[in-house]
Amino acid sequence: MSYPENYRYAKSHEWLEVDGKTGIIGITDYAQSSLGDIVFVELPKVGDKLDAGSPFGSVESVKAVSELYSPAAGTVTEINEALNDEPETINTDANETWIIKLSLTGDESDDLLSAADYEKFVAEETGH
Amino acid sequence: MADKFVGTPIKATTHVNQNEDLIFEKSSSGKKGYRLAQLDVPAIDAASLLGAAVRTDDLGAMPELSEIEIIRHFTRLSTWNYAIDLGMYPLGSCTMKYNPRINEAVARLEGLAEAHPYQPESLSQGALGIMKLLSDCLIEITGMDTITLQPAAGAHGEFTGILLARAYHQSLGNPRKKVLIPDSAHGTNPATAAVCGYQVANLKSNAQGMVDLAELERMVDEDVAALMLTNPSTIGVFESDIHKIADILHAKGALLYMDGANMNALCGKTRPGDFGADVMHLNLHKTFSTPHGGGGPGSGPVACKKILEPFLPTPVVKTNPDGSLGLDYNRPQSVGRVRAWYGNFGMFIRALAYILANGPDGLRQTTEDAVLNANYIRAKLEGTFELPYKSPSLHEVVFSDKLQAKNGVKTGDMGKRLIDYGFHAYTVSFPLVVNGAMMIEPTESESREELDLLIDALKQIAREAEENPELVQNAPHSTRLQRLDETTAARKPILRWKAPVASTQLTPDSAAKEW
Repeated sequence: MSYPENYRYAKSHEWLEVDGKTGIIGITDYAQSSLGDIVFVELPKVGDKLDAGSPFGSVESVKAVSELYSPAAGTVTEINEALNDEPETINTDANETWIIKLSLTGDESDDLLSAADYEKFVAEETGH
Repeated sequence: MADKFVGTPIKATTHVNQNEDLIFEKSSSGKKGYRLAQLDVPAIDAASLLGAAVRTDDLGAMPELSEIEIIRHFTRLSTWNYAIDLGMYPLGSCTMKYNPRINEAVARLEGLAEAHPYQPESLSQGALGIMKLLSDCLIEITGMDTITLQPAAGAHGEFTGILLARAYHQSLGNPRKKVLIPDSAHGTNPATAAVCGYQVANLKSNAQGMVDLAELERMVDEDVAALMLTNPSTIGVFESDIHKIADILHAKGALLYMDGANMNALCGKTRPGDFGADVMHLNLHKTFSTPHGGGGPGSGPVACKKILEPFLPTPVVKTNPDGSLGLDYNRPQSVGRVRAWYGNFGMFIRALAYILANGPDGLRQTTEDAVLNANYIRAKLEGTFELPYKSPSLHEVVFSDKLQAKNGVKTGDMGKRLIDYGFHAYTVSFPLVVNGAMMIEPTESESREELDLLIDALKQIAREAEENPELVQNAPHSTRLQRLDETTAARKPILRWKAPVASTQLTPDSAAKEW
């Protein structure tokens, strides 16, 4: 599992990359590996306004459906429509597969973690 | 003289009764399962009679078989099923109990089996009486004030219940925005809330897997329409603070929806209406022994408090001034009809037969036996499998695959291996709050002998996971098909069989396939 240093991580297992005013959001390598083969990604609409921590879609794997929560507040400017046909790219490369892009309005979830802290958090959660 | 045949003819290696094509693949053109007498009236040209309504395209793929081929096809398939009449279904959260034969005997009585939903009310007094008595029994069991029998299954009941909550809030001026749902909930709960137009707010469980009261208090405000709570929860633990939960909600005008999926742990012992639930559904196909799954249909009555009564779906059974029963359609505030006719009436008969055959003491005993059975399994398997929550179990127990996962054996692998031992798998990977969940609900139907067989099988599988992980990882070994590609089936489902483009006429030789 790898967690890029320049991302920050939510305890609900999304990553956030900030590029100026743009927030790029995906799910973590740990999330994809515990979900297993992803078969469907439910995306929001461009223009949807999200609060930090509000649900914006879901990922469905052969095991489970899991809600996606936005680590930051903003307006959805882009959705990764390629995921409609190839949701498996999240399994192949969770760190490089973004799900939505936001125009950030400033608010972020309080407890976003650094890569190292997220790795620690996952280790505690799974107990190994 | 020709050479003597040596070897095995390919097509003779496997008879169809060891494997089976789709019925479409068994078709051969022109075969019929019937023979009609000569037409003795003038023939009518369907095309000219029906005009544009005639459909002749796309019929090429309709299967054409003889009667015995059809009978054998479906009879063979039926013998490949696993069924509660063959063995145990330890599926947690599903309450796969035995469907008593007395239910079936009563449901087959001619006057009931042949009743028509359009019979006048005067000739339907027996059927209405069954609905009335079942309603009264379920109201008594749940401690609620009133009920609708219409919903066709649990999720449909949830939908109806949340519609009632929405109509109630709407009648006070504002339908509100959010429904709170614990992270251990059944997936149908958030789906229900979303379909009813609510935002889903996720309520985190505390370390014991229960509702965190402080967190609940923080989240409940005037935007919250309801909390959907399963009690006992999906980890089989009773929410002992349930009345406090109800108080927190009611203080802000929000309602407590109780998902009655686990009512088999409460029936005859405690009543949701008494501990503060405002609306709940029951699964007659779980708690009240009507057939489950493909053998259903299901039935999901919704019981509620008086404040929600005006909104119940129409019609409701009423007692006329002369004491006869009728159906009341005049309910201006009703959410409307949620099901054609009156619900799955055949299930009402079976559930009522079950309730009356057991009586109050019997139902209480049933609950106690279900809880005892789950705790027997827990006591025997604790140590073999990790038990993530130590709180006392009610009717089901959740283990995890943590000890076996070290050897690469996951809950799904052990579930599949259980098939080799003659059992249906337990519930795999649910509830989601437990990593690698193995959820077992034996129900009261199983004897101690049957429970011991399951326990032995699971202990044996744990040993295999230790000594020969591959055996478990590649299970099942005893089925016609082993590991199906569920990922591709979900990503690229083939929803409809298509005839091969260059369809060759089947001959007796080509009909037997090479396997």
